[in-house]
Amino acid sequence: MTEFKSGYIHSLETMGLVDGPGIRIVVFLQGCPLRCLFCHNPDTWNKVSKIIMTSKQIVDEVRKYRPYIEMGGGVTFSGGEPLMQSEFLLDTLKLCKKAGINTCIDTSGVGYNINYLDDILKYTDLVILDIKAIDPESYKKITGKNMTEFNAFKEKLIKSNKKIWLRQVIVPTINDNEEYILKLKDYVKQFPNVEKIELLAYHTMGIEKYDKMKLEYRLKGIEPMDKDALALLEKILLNDSKK
Amino acid sequence: MIEWEGFKGIRWQKGIDVNNFIESNYKEYTDDDSFLREKTKKTSKVWDKCKKLLSKEQISGVLDVETFIMSGIDNFEPGYIDRSNEVIVGLQTDEPLKRIVNPYGGLRMVDKSLEAYGYHLDKDLEEKFKEFRKTHNEGVFDAYTDEIRVARHNHLITGLPDAYGRGRIIGDYRRLALYGADYLIECKKEDLKGLNDITDTSVIQLREDVSEQIKALNLIKKMASRYGYDVSKPASNAKEAIQWTYFAYLAAVKQNNGAATSIGRNTTFFDIYIERDIEKGILTEEEAQELIDQYVIKLRLVRHLRTPDYNELFAGDPTWVTESIGGMLDDSRSLVTKTSFRILNTLNNIGESAEPNLTVLWSEKLPENFKKFASKMSIATHTLQFENDDLMRPLYGNDYAISCCVSALNIGHQTQFFGARINFVKVLLYALNGGRDEITGDLVISGIDQIEGEYLDTDEVLKQFDKVLKKTAKIYIDALNIIHYMHDKYAYESSQMAFLDTKPEYLMAFGLAGLSIVADSFSAIQYGHVRVKRDDRGLTTAFDVELDFPRYGNNDDRVDTVASNLVKRVYRELKKYPLYKNATPTLSILTITSNVVYGKYTGATPDGRAKGVPFSPGANPTQGADKSGALASLSSVAKIPYKDCCQDGISNTFSIAPDALGKDSETRTNNLVKILDGYFKSGAHHLNVNVLDKKLLVDAMNNPNKYPTLTIRVSGYAVNFNSLTREQQEEVISRTFHDRI
Repeated sequence: MTEFKSGYIHSLETMGLVDGPGIRIVVFLQGCPLRCLFCHNPDTWNKVSKIIMTSKQIVDEVRKYRPYIEMGGGVTFSGGEPLMQSEFLLDTLKLCKKAGINTCIDTSGVGYNINYLDDILKYTDLVILDIKAIDPESYKKITGKNMTEFNAFKEKLIKSNKKIWLRQVIVPTINDNEEYILKLKDYVKQFPNVEKIELLAYHTMGIEKYDKMKLEYRLKGIEPMDKDALALLEKILLNDSKK
Repeated sequence: MIEWEGFKGIRWQKGIDVNNFIESNYKEYTDDDSFLREKTKKTSKVWDKCKKLLSKEQISGVLDVETFIMSGIDNFEPGYIDRSNEVIVGLQTDEPLKRIVNPYGGLRMVDKSLEAYGYHLDKDLEEKFKEFRKTHNEGVFDAYTDEIRVARHNHLITGLPDAYGRGRIIGDYRRLALYGADYLIECKKEDLKGLNDITDTSVIQLREDVSEQIKALNLIKKMASRYGYDVSKPASNAKEAIQWTYFAYLAAVKQNNGAATSIGRNTTFFDIYIERDIEKGILTEEEAQELIDQYVIKLRLVRHLRTPDYNELFAGDPTWVTESIGGMLDDSRSLVTKTSFRILNTLNNIGESAEPNLTVLWSEKLPENFKKFASKMSIATHTLQFENDDLMRPLYGNDYAISCCVSALNIGHQTQFFGARINFVKVLLYALNGGRDEITGDLVISGIDQIEGEYLDTDEVLKQFDKVLKKTAKIYIDALNIIHYMHDKYAYESSQMAFLDTKPEYLMAFGLAGLSIVADSFSAIQYGHVRVKRDDRGLTTAFDVELDFPRYGNNDDRVDTVASNLVKRVYRELKKYPLYKNATPTLSILTITSNVVYGKYTGATPDGRAKGVPFSPGANPTQGADKSGALASLSSVAKIPYKDCCQDGISNTFSIAPDALGKDSETRTNNLVKILDGYFKSGAHHLNVNVLDKKLLVDAMNNPNKYPTLTIRVSGYAVNFNSLTREQQEEVISRTFHDRI
């Protein structure tokens, strides 16, 4: 009898339409080693949650939605940081692939167990990589961690030649300027096989969660990112003719 | 025949068979929407006039009423909006938006509605009518049993068409265009000749009915001639085909005030004439769009006179001029034509609107371009509903149309006896209260044992529930048999029946309201330890649920199976008794906007719902109970059995925030296509789609002037948001909006 791994799950979203291509079942895994200033899901930080599911249970749940996900959709593992539960993640990814389900991980590229990383990438169809910052100093300021682990993941990802979506949250006063966007534009050139680059607008919808959890909100007073201003930055980032 | 020149096929030429005509002549269109044109100057002029009248009407509720003439096919002088610019003509009365008094259903209703808007029926007319004519309503109440009266009074059986027109009939109005009135009269006369063996009263009744139908067809000829058209012959071009079809429909809404008077499935039929004219070089694309735009303008102006009570059940003055679009011919060819696009394009040309009730018959195999265009228009206007063609086509044939919201009918060969719905929640509460009503205390259902004890036990409740259900079903059937007998007798819709086969198949459409509450309540009883509190009358009035329990709407079989079994139980009961005209029973899970008023008259329930709180609409999960995301919610509804059970339709209304549907408009469109494909592949029947932010609705509720044309889908139809009552608006806002987490 096969022993299925089990993991801590924050929640399941049955209709994810923005985290990967098509309609996706999004599995939010519990636990994150980063403490990003703009994080809107502090309830996923803790390593342990009440919901424990086996890889088999997850795949069974995902399969219920086959009519919706079979045309270009699939499952996305997000979090928290899905790589934090590397062994469980790998087990689930393998089962998904066996069932013919398209897989995607939405990751910050940290918290992994290095022994599983190659296999995780092997069983993943798309990696959505969240870029927090492009230099070690800002990275530390934003996430509270140093950048070595991320850089190591980045190298492996580049080598794997997997399909990639890149994402960056844009926060007013922190990185909402043209100068940064131009640097970012240069930075992303090192990634092969990038299908999409998205700038995400910082929003304040997570504040309530901080209050509930009695945690200090560190970006107090910073307004949500203006959508038009974001569109302008996105244009600069994606426009090939400019620089 | 010169009118048929260039048309192929034989069978339809030998006898009435519109479907065969369509199959033999239509051209499927699989390309995109780039051929579409904007509205013409003529259309702009006509629509501008309508807009002014419509905004005047919105302020007063009713623009005008004709109080000197009563309903009838040819009782009114011809009316125009802007005669020189109208390419399709014909109004219900001599003025746009002037409403008709129809006393045949019941005179008291007429008085009440007139009074509500400050009008009075001409004294002389009223007195004469009272003296010489009995109404449908009087007939029904002469025959109602005591059991029916008590059940009706206590809101167990609700919204019955015993005082207003039953509607739901769809004449095959295309027949007038394809064959002309003279041939239809000839066929009816032939049918009459065959009905000469007077074996029982049903033959006598049918002979009288067919004679009435022939009279109606003659009156339609007269009515059309007042507008300068001779409809005795078939239509000879696209303009005439649309005009003839509309005249046939117009006669229906001049003669009757049926709650839902749907127009059928006409775009593929029209397209055949349009294509022929374009090929001949006598019609341009601009002119083709103009015809469709102006046809739709006419459908937007259909009105009936209603009482304030009626508006509580069916808010926003709906007429359900449902036009069914798309669908498949067979497994490989769709019935999508350029005119399927043109009719959706009216939403671009003359703005969003609640009517006509545009209904897309969806199949996974529809052309991708059409799926995308329909989805795009749905996202932009929140006025479309989608129904599963792959589910209905095998049961109703490929030439069916939706009547009202979700009721399929094979056009021309089937018709329906509308039966509103029972308050299913009361069936459960009566089981807990020995057959007594939890609010009035009246004994509504006799022979039910009072449930004792502090905690509810599933088996014990189920035993009484089955008894209440059995008796309720019988009372419900008795009521409908009486209503439709009397409706035929006193308010017969001869102008609509003239466009049906002489011996059509009859469906009797029963309905349920409050399914999610009953399912959740049984789940609470089984898993939640429900403790009851009884008042001094011994009636259960409050419940304590001690544990968490699975709720319908989360794709959890423990409770979803309960919901499915409940509807199967109901249908089983309905099949046990003979129905008027040997009708076949069908069942719908649909509420319109009456979920609010049903809730108001219903006590607290074991699922934790408080007394007076609105039910969820149609088959939707209870507001806020579906916590596992949109697909889980859709999947629960998709499990309710359609075939051999709820064949009158299962309505679901789905609201999602634009940002959750996708980042840009193209992604949103593609995602909606995938959601619809997935939902219908799972066997679901119907979906109303609203892509809206909840915030926008709250703003619209507080600042109606900012949103004069905001239209949203509610249970089975689209409605102008401003025309809902505050209570109904609040209920819409309380529904689950699927958003990003």
